[in-house]
Amino acid sequence: MNAQPVQVVRGWEWARPERPARREVVAAVPELDQAKPPLLFVPGFGHGAWAFAEHWLGHAAGRGFPAYALSLRGHGDSEPAPGATLRSYTHDVVQVAASLPRQAVLVGHGAGARVVAHALARYPARAAVLVAPVLGGWGILGTALRRNPVGTVPAVFGAGLRLNRRQLFSRELPDAEARRHVARLGRASRRAQWQLLTGRQPEPAVGRPPVLVLGSPDDRVVPPGALTRAARRYASAPLLFPGMGHDLMLDARWREPVDAILDWLEKDPAPAAG
Amino acid sequence: MSSSTDLGRPDPDPAVAPTTDGRPVSDRGDTVCVIGAGASGLTAVKNLREAGFGVDCYERETGVGGAWNWRHDRSPVYASTHLISSRPFTQFPDFPMPDDWPDYPHHAQLLSYFERYADHFDLRQHVWFGTEVVRVEPVEGDRWDVTTRSTGGYGPERTSRYAAVVLANGHNWSPKLPRYEGLEQFRGEVMHASSYKDPAQLRGKRVLVVGAGNTGCDIAVEAAQQASRCWHSTRRGYWYAPKYVFGRPADQVNDTMLALRVPLRVRQWLYHWTLRLTVGDLTRFGLPRPDHRVYETHPIANSQLVYYVGHGEVTPVPDVARFGDRTVELTDGREIDPDLVVFATGYLPRFEFLEGRVLGDADGSGRPRLWLNAFAAGHPTLAVVGLVQPDSGIFPISHWQSVLFARLLTLRTTRPDRAAAFGRRVAAGLGERYSGKVKDSTRHWFEVGHADYLRALQRALHDLEGK
Ligand SMILES: Cc1cc2nc3c(=O)[nH]c(=O)nc-3n(C[C@H](O)[C@H](O)[C@H](O)COP(=O)(O)OP(=O)(O)OC[C@H]3O[C@@H](n4cnc5c(N)ncnc54)[C@H](O)[C@@H]3O)c2cc1C
Ligand SMILES: NC(=O)c1ccc[n+]([C@@H]2O[C@H](COP(=O)([O-])OP(=O)(O)OC[C@H]3O[C@@H](n4cnc5c(N)ncnc54)[C@H](OP(=O)(O)O)[C@@H]3O)[C@@H](O)[C@H]2O)c1
Repeated sequence: MNAQPVQVVRGWEWARPERPARREVVAAVPELDQAKPPLLFVPGFGHGAWAFAEHWLGHAAGRGFPAYALSLRGHGDSEPAPGATLRSYTHDVVQVAASLPRQAVLVGHGAGARVVAHALARYPARAAVLVAPVLGGWGILGTALRRNPVGTVPAVFGAGLRLNRRQLFSRELPDAEARRHVARLGRASRRAQWQLLTGRQPEPAVGRPPVLVLGSPDDRVVPPGALTRAARRYASAPLLFPGMGHDLMLDARWREPVDAILDWLEKDPAPAAG
Repeated sequence: MSSSTDLGRPDPDPAVAPTTDGRPVSDRGDTVCVIGAGASGLTAVKNLREAGFGVDCYERETGVGGAWNWRHDRSPVYASTHLISSRPFTQFPDFPMPDDWPDYPHHAQLLSYFERYADHFDLRQHVWFGTEVVRVEPVEGDRWDVTTRSTGGYGPERTSRYAAVVLANGHNWSPKLPRYEGLEQFRGEVMHASSYKDPAQLRGKRVLVVGAGNTGCDIAVEAAQQASRCWHSTRRGYWYAPKYVFGRPADQVNDTMLALRVPLRVRQWLYHWTLRLTVGDLTRFGLPRPDHRVYETHPIANSQLVYYVGHGEVTPVPDVARFGDRTVELTDGREIDPDLVVFATGYLPRFEFLEGRVLGDADGSGRPRLWLNAFAAGHPTLAVVGLVQPDSGIFPISHWQSVLFARLLTLRTTRPDRAAAFGRRVAAGLGERYSGKVKDSTRHWFEVGHADYLRALQRALHDLEGK
């Protein structure tokens, strides 16, 4: 991950700053400040802050962590943004992270993990957690085509990627609940979808954040091999939650992964080497 | 450790090693000392902490923000100060300003930005407020004895020994005052721009503003609106750049051209052409013709000066020749009669706590000879952060200077060979410049082009990392 040299000169970015957009941020803050780092949850493509507001935000706050979730532009109640790029999404994450009172932990889910990986090069996070990370590349497309050709093929031609309930949830999740979540799914912009496959890999993280990768071996979006590879990039092994679907924060056993994240943070993981 | 109101200092270590002249010294081990908690000092503290170093930062004021904290005695900002470099060039690269802020934020927003930076990264716990550094001396083993006392000179002096020192004491607080024949006899009011805070100070007066840096231009614009008369004296002609061109902040347009690698000559031509199409030939207003091409003096970003000259509210005049009892004689022989003279003639860097030769300035010229404006020969554990006058924002530069220094300190233990090579590079590169041609003037010796400078710094960082 650190093979690439640090980039100091960013002439194009200075000359062409990202257009601001109104962002939805949902918060659950513990009543008593326990000096724990704030968590910023970053949903994947199609999802909004609602996906974390369902269980994880409240649970994290209950354990003393100030918890925030944002909707990337064009998602949830954030401003519509059909032309958004991965850079726009990254900008949204860094803006919200820098607005929090203290150095934040970034938690990205799905393609939100890819956005977090980009954000880590722009903001020295306290730590990062990649949940069922979709870090991009063509492999992920292969899996999606095999598992859900009907939802995926149109996406290759610029339509929204449609995820089905079998990809997102285990059978344990009651049908009505699963249907309610699927109905809320939106879509990422066409350019961002394309950049997920073809875009440049994230630059090295600044500030040496420790990184935790977790997911499910039964995830029908992220195959186990991809999980292992993602963890290896950050010199660790993935934490696995068998029997769960891709949307670990909404699935029936949502409590286990979030507790694992909070336990890891409570142990105050050391900064990455470098 | 201390809070912002607690004016304590590190307790002396019982394991004291006395200085050469027998004063007790508390040994702070591997801790790094940072002098100043302005923007440059804060980013040094943050980046050193991030690299795992212990840090003691000394700040003579009672708050962070340095120049941008208008409550500070020596703050040079006045009520109307807005940035001259637009947001993307001014913010720290890893802590952006809110994107709903204006392109050119107000000084109060800058202060709140630095305060949020300090809180976000929990930096205040490392800062000893109300504590002034009075002496910094190199000692054996590339270590440093830093002597402090309470600001204002109360209480005893204390000396602590550090593994490294960062000088981030700023360079816009000690007025540069010109000398003129007869100035002592002049019965009108005279002040340096550093004491100018509020337009009320100008109201109803006949005001002469001397100097056309950004300060002089801002004050002349305020005098145009508040004073009963405003003369603006400059010793040369300048290029007055507007804050916006082609619908965008001017510096963003300029960097678009830099990113496209448009050659300097072409950029100068485009610039001249843009000005000709908008404000036209300024000599028709009595302004002198610039004696240099655009980009050859520190940029002025001010859309209003020319506007008020065009309204007749600012009268351009040449340099001051001498002062009379009630009058000021100009170099063209004219006499004017201001009640208030504001010298906006700039500032001088000062390092009075350090012997000049440490920074390669043995003859006391006030111009340190460094590499990357930051590193001194023969002192591998010393860095100056923020001693640059960029054609753009200073904070990204201070950030990267301190990242580079933190990296260097780490590699001194893990890769001494690379740290040594860096030391040789410093010695060979003293006095290197990072800008195109600039007009010879008292203020341009540390002018840097932000792109040239950051490119050189990036190269230094990559060499250090072996990339
Ligand atoms: C009117 C005005 C407008 C400006 N506008 C811009 C702009 O738009 N963009 C830009 O990039 N720059 C601008 N500048 C330049 C400005 O100097 C920098 O923005 C910035 O303040 C530099 O930060 P610093 O931390 O290096 O120095 P400072 O802000 O001066 O901070 C130095 C700190 O060190 C402390 N200190 C000094 N000596 C000691 C000591 N012996 N012991 C303990 N503490 C000490 C001081 O109290 C101070 O807090 C402007 C300057 C002026 C005068
Ligand atoms: N709004 C803002 O953000 C803002 C506002 C003010 C200042 N700043 C920054 O703060 C720094 C200091 O600016 P500044 O304007 O205070 O100082 P400055 O840039 O040093 O300008 C000083 C001016 O006074 C003139 N001068 C100097 N000595 C003189 C003498 N003996 N006789 C006559 N004229 C003399 C200089 O002329 P020469 O051309 O001959 O040198 C120049 O025009 C700069 O980096 C500036 O960009 C920013």
